Amino acid sequence: MLSAEEKHEIEKAISLVPVKKAAGIEALKIVQERRRWISDESLRDVAAFMDMSPEELDSVATFYNLIFRKPVGRHVILLCDSISCWVMGYENILEHLTKQLRIKYGETTTDGRYTLLPNCCLGTCDCAPALMIDNDLYRNLTIDQLDEILKKYE
Amino acid sequence: MEKPLTQHIRADQRPLTLKEYEQEGGYQAVRKVLKELAPKAVTAIVKESNLRGRGGAGFGTGMKWSFVPLDAPKPKYLIANADEMEPGTFKDRILLECTPHQLIEGMIVAAYAIQADVSYIYLRWAYKTAADAITRAIEEAEEAGYLGKNILGSGFDLEMHLHTGVGRYMCGEETALLNSLEGKRATPRAKPPFPQVSGLFGKPTIVNNVETLCCLPHIINNGADWFKQLSLTGDAGTKIYGVSGKVKKPGAWELPMGVTMRELIEEHAGGMQDGLKFRGALPGGASTDFLVEQHLDVKMDYTSVAAAGSRLGTGTLVILDDKTCPVGFVKNLEHFFAQESCGFCTPCREGLPWVEKILTSIDQGEGRSEDLKLLDFHVKYLGPGNTFCAFAPGAMEPLQSALKYFREDFERHIHDKACSYSRETLSIAGNV
Repeated sequence: MLSAEEKHEIEKAISLVPVKKAAGIEALKIVQERRRWISDESLRDVAAFMDMSPEELDSVATFYNLIFRKPVGRHVILLCDSISCWVMGYENILEHLTKQLRIKYGETTTDGRYTLLPNCCLGTCDCAPALMIDNDLYRNLTIDQLDEILKKYE
Repeated sequence: MEKPLTQHIRADQRPLTLKEYEQEGGYQAVRKVLKELAPKAVTAIVKESNLRGRGGAGFGTGMKWSFVPLDAPKPKYLIANADEMEPGTFKDRILLECTPHQLIEGMIVAAYAIQADVSYIYLRWAYKTAADAITRAIEEAEEAGYLGKNILGSGFDLEMHLHTGVGRYMCGEETALLNSLEGKRATPRAKPPFPQVSGLFGKPTIVNNVETLCCLPHIINNGADWFKQLSLTGDAGTKIYGVSGKVKKPGAWELPMGVTMRELIEEHAGGMQDGLKFRGALPGGASTDFLVEQHLDVKMDYTSVAAAGSRLGTGTLVILDDKTCPVGFVKNLEHFFAQESCGFCTPCREGLPWVEKILTSIDQGEGRSEDLKLLDFHVKYLGPGNTFCAFAPGAMEPLQSALKYFREDFERHIHDKACSYSRETLSIAGNV
């Protein structure tokens, strides 16, 4: 079931576009913001609200990297794995994160705190290596800073 | 040296408010076009200025606009492509975060020239600071009457919306971007019809890069000749160049179009880090051919870089040093392309993961002598003319030039059954 607030936000997005379907991605964003990920049930509810089949909406949802169709933790770590960060040794950051958090890419810590995902170039290549946690960007990363950064996210 | 695009960027990168921007001469170009110039005259000035698209393709901006039928019924659309996602590229981020009003002003000029009444800024998800700056700037511009109905009493209307994407490299391709804005998968469209005639929701549409749009107020204020004389070469204007990789001072700088690669690396980026030598560079993002030592004095403009066998692309260099493995470097690039292929056409969907697998096995010391031929085969069949859009041919550019300039590295990996470059990292954390 979509909440009244979700419906209201989605309706606002629909009002800005000439074709209802065009707000489909926006609708998924609105729901994901509140529920962290798009479950099959959420997908069916959004599709019904958008007059789309769940299959059609899912074809869109699964196309984009940042619509999560699997559960994620309270905080999502997006580690840049593109070329400048590779040259500058992002693999060291990855190794440290996987050791500390005991998760691989795509996994969530058992306490549901962090999910670790690779991410394409974050557009801050002069300050590589870089990562984002939720909405926050961290650059010129060194392993020493990582534990302090992680502590901020409960 | 004039730096029109970045002249108002403060040390702390706080964007100018509308009032501050106006005090610096901001929105004068909007006043000028709305009061003094016909739409066709604006296009003529931009054509005359020789402004070429800064997103990577380098197509003439005025020429692009001139294909929009001015008498077509509204709505017509103007879109700022702010989906900067080319690996190694970080130039538009600076303009988006620090000079949002300059972008909005450029968009109003462009929209007026093509008589668009609706505009979107298609911003990539990761640029949170930019999203905040743009949201505030649009509100300010609306309040001041630069956006909305009957702008400055001219009768010209323009609404502007910020759209943030949800992450996919393909969204930067202009027709895929249009599909994405329509709520669809970001797959490219067949051309013709070109977006100028049938674009967003089937209406005439122009998609321009952020840096391109930011040039417009200055061209209107100072004229086409002024814009041309900013450059050191035949390709007009200034350019925001960048350097990343193991140099002393990575960064981005606005410089006259046509500075050499050597000047960028040695002067602006402070030279290579101690103990490292320059081996090569991608001149403009992941999808451009390597340039090597013999090209250091190539002028970084569209024409000269093309003559050297590559593309200016986004003008942001990624440096390969002599202690970094070229095979690993290219493997990283092809992993990106294989992952980001939209999967719409077969050569790209099937060929790129194959290329990545071959490179992985070579990198891990499991390469076979016939693998190089197999890579050459892919370079040929994923090249121009065999795929639906420019994605796979772009992916082949760094590979084909690496096979040309660093072939002995590939051969040594295969012969030695190992990579001879030391990387501090030993283990990789699982598959993606």
